[in-house]
Amino acid sequence: MGRYVIRRLLQMIPVFIGSTFLIFFMVYALGDPVAALFGDKAPDPATAARIRKDLYLDRPLWEQYLHYMGQIFQGDFGTAFNGQPVLDLMASAFPVTLRLTVVAIAIEVVVGITLGVVSGLRRGKAIDTTLLVLTLVVISVPTFVTGYVLQYVLGVKWGWIRPSVSPDAPWNELLLPGLVLALVSLAYVTRLSRTSIAENAKADYVRTAVAKGLPRRRVVSRHLLRNSLIPVVTFIGTDIGALMGGAIVTERIFNIHGVGYQLYQGILRNNSPTVVGFVTILVIVFLVANLLVDLLYAVLDPRIRYA
Amino acid sequence: MLLEVRDLHVEFTTRDGVAKAVNGVTYAVDEGQTLAVLGESGSGKSVTAQAVMGILDVPPGRITGGEILFQGKDLLRMKEEERRRIRGAGMAMIFQDALSALNPVLTVGAQLGEMFTVHRGMSRKDARAKAVELMDRVKIPAARQRVGDYPHQFSGGMRQRIMIAMALALEPSLIIADEPTTALDVTVQAQVMDLLAELQRELNMGLILITHDLGVVADVADKIAVMYAGRIVEAAPVHEIYKAPAHPYTRGLLDSIPRLDQKGQELYAIKGLPPSLLAIPSGCAFNPRCPMAQPVCRGTVPPLYQVTESPVPRTSACHFWKECLHAHA
Amino acid sequence: MPEPEPQPHPQPPRYDPLEPGDGEAIAPTGQGGQMDLALDEAESLERVIPPGPGNPREKARSLWSDAWHQLRRNPVFVLSSLLIVFLVLIAIWPSLIASGDPLQCDLAHSQEGSAPGHPFGYDTQGCDVYTRTVYGARASITVGVCATLGAALLGAFLGGLAGFFGSWGDALLSRVADIFFGIPVVLGGLVFLSVVTSDTVWPVVGFIVLLGWPQIARIGRGSVITAKQNDYVQAARALGASNARMLLRHVAPNAVAPVIVVATIALGTYIALEATLSFLGVGLRPPTVSWGIDISNAAPQIRNAPHMLLWPAGALSLTVLAFIMLGDAVRDALDPKLR
Repeated sequence: MGRYVIRRLLQMIPVFIGSTFLIFFMVYALGDPVAALFGDKAPDPATAARIRKDLYLDRPLWEQYLHYMGQIFQGDFGTAFNGQPVLDLMASAFPVTLRLTVVAIAIEVVVGITLGVVSGLRRGKAIDTTLLVLTLVVISVPTFVTGYVLQYVLGVKWGWIRPSVSPDAPWNELLLPGLVLALVSLAYVTRLSRTSIAENAKADYVRTAVAKGLPRRRVVSRHLLRNSLIPVVTFIGTDIGALMGGAIVTERIFNIHGVGYQLYQGILRNNSPTVVGFVTILVIVFLVANLLVDLLYAVLDPRIRYA
Repeated sequence: MLLEVRDLHVEFTTRDGVAKAVNGVTYAVDEGQTLAVLGESGSGKSVTAQAVMGILDVPPGRITGGEILFQGKDLLRMKEEERRRIRGAGMAMIFQDALSALNPVLTVGAQLGEMFTVHRGMSRKDARAKAVELMDRVKIPAARQRVGDYPHQFSGGMRQRIMIAMALALEPSLIIADEPTTALDVTVQAQVMDLLAELQRELNMGLILITHDLGVVADVADKIAVMYAGRIVEAAPVHEIYKAPAHPYTRGLLDSIPRLDQKGQELYAIKGLPPSLLAIPSGCAFNPRCPMAQPVCRGTVPPLYQVTESPVPRTSACHFWKECLHAHA
Repeated sequence: MPEPEPQPHPQPPRYDPLEPGDGEAIAPTGQGGQMDLALDEAESLERVIPPGPGNPREKARSLWSDAWHQLRRNPVFVLSSLLIVFLVLIAIWPSLIASGDPLQCDLAHSQEGSAPGHPFGYDTQGCDVYTRTVYGARASITVGVCATLGAALLGAFLGGLAGFFGSWGDALLSRVADIFFGIPVVLGGLVFLSVVTSDTVWPVVGFIVLLGWPQIARIGRGSVITAKQNDYVQAARALGASNARMLLRHVAPNAVAPVIVVATIALGTYIALEATLSFLGVGLRPPTVSWGIDISNAAPQIRNAPHMLLWPAGALSLTVLAFIMLGDAVRDALDPKLR
């Protein structure tokens, strides 16, 4: 097990470097961070050159990257062009998005798996077909459409919730945004667990469990469910990173000042340190989530643990 | 009688139509007795067993007729809960492929112990002790150390022993073994079969042995039922059937066993292929492949002829069972 | 499969000629009547019941014709294909059903509801929402189709080669794919498209191809590896077939099905992605008519004039749904395991 973890950690390193470098490349090489500082005005060449030197921008890209990463590992994410340390921005933004993601994952797990199990156990029945069509529809309607429509209907028309989230983003106000964020993944989780349950229900060991005279509840909960959830766990794990990245849209709709909001502002204003800093953290979150999934996978499936 | 299957019919609904998998099977097993059910793939021998156990996939499967009497009570008329209590405790099944039949993510101890916690209400600790005891009984070395292992950590033969242990856990009066040794290495087959036969004698259980291996049958079975296209075509005490089969299909099966004294000769093979269950030939289902077929075989379904009455009844579903008997003798 | 036995007896008259009792109606498995039952005694239903007899076409059924046979009878497939044909026609000739000009607007009608000749009403600029919704199909379909073609070709090519040849190229591809998977899609899109700007659809298409190909490569790689292990491919190798011949003649035809399925479903999600990026202001730009842009413009006004948002949003959702349903139906047809 220990060796397995170490091997996975080592495999993460090139992925981390690759992903962050790619973003770094896009922001610093394709864009022009200095021009952005001056907005619409043409920069004074001398000033621009000084800034470039200060910001290490006159060096080759790989040197800039190394310099940047070196600082990050000392805990210095640089300063946004408006003078605010990026770390401060993060400290205010990440807890909010984290809460939003937790709400979304919780909804995804509880509702998605429940619906998937119900559907998979009643394959071909009316409820299964209905759920299947419903999931297709949910997958097809883009998040920003569901977001606005739900906000309009629940928040404006019926007045059940506040249409926009207050700055400190308490849990209860994040319920609807969390649902919106989770919705597409929720549909995927439902379909995935349905397929998995339906496939495993035909497995020999389930037939054995029935032949042992176990009550149906026990056959499902102890024998069928655990085997079927293995692929679902994988999906949910990889989804954590995607949800945090995808929160941009949801946060914009509900005016939540989280990671997505800061990133969006950073990108619009060409605020390179903010963008690269936030993305780096997101990539780390994604990789750690993947690692956790792998470990959980090994816990759930002894065949992998001992391989 | 421990178990009596009477005129059982099972159908499967498929994309291409209704498949008649079992068409009027009748057989019986008594305590301490071994019935071997013989037949090709698709002959309905496993489906019959699944119907007896109550583990048929419904749908697509459907029992359309017949009775299954276990200790005098018709299983098909029982409530599901009542049947469930019989499964595992009254009758148990040993599957062919232990690797896929055992749950990959639970330890063998948990899977064995479950029998005791669920059926007997034992504590987990007691159930675990019972599991070790069972593993000892089926001669798994170092049972105490291995009770926490997972199925994939055992060899094929050991896994099949665990299957057997699981079936025997509650000392049921009937065991159905569906090809219990087919997935094993030849060297291990005999050991596992001997173990099964030994435990059966010890506990005086009825055993239904589903197999295609005529060699195994000769060693352990008391009676043989040969199935073809969902029907029993011949049923007889084991030694009589070897001496002189009363059905051309049985004769074909016996003739296709390689024999040392016929080395060098071409091996006999029944011509043609098993029939499609979606379109079973009219009359005798075996007629298109039968070397003795006459026009009557295509027109009329042969009834079960009584070949001998006593001491054990012997039957054949062939219009020409007499000719068949004599041709061999 | 052995030749059917010549029928030893004349057919009795009461046989239906389409339901032969022997010869034709035989199981596809097994070798003659030999006692080789050991091979497949697991009486799973698939094996118990050979493909239906009495249907002469049955024998010639390959994966594709079988899938086609099933698809034609699947209402989901029929419905989604009709919808897609319609959408493609509209994308090519929007004037077929919309006579107006999507860029001709009259501020006097700003945010008005439906009126005669303007069933969907007007948007904030006073443009006809119906006309814009119809013209919006072009951008979505163009981006969806081009991005899918690009990602599928690139992904299938790289993934196929990696899967077929294995070794270091395969390892490299897997790591590169991991890198792209590590970047959140919308986020990457925001960064990339905020620096690569143009009035055409190509930056958006390019970006989607860039982040989309690894997914298809992964699928393509997996199915090539599976196909490669088939006995007849090994046999071809043993007979000295060249790599190119094996890949093209034996492996590719058997590995292409999963790629097609994933690509079809991806097409729908790419359309949704384009709309999301346009909604965020970095995808397509005016004057291109795009559902994403219109939805973005309509969103702040949702309290006053929800119709401006709902029509393009409905059209967008329906388009994505059509492609996802198509992909779903094709997958069900091509994946025998799910039958």
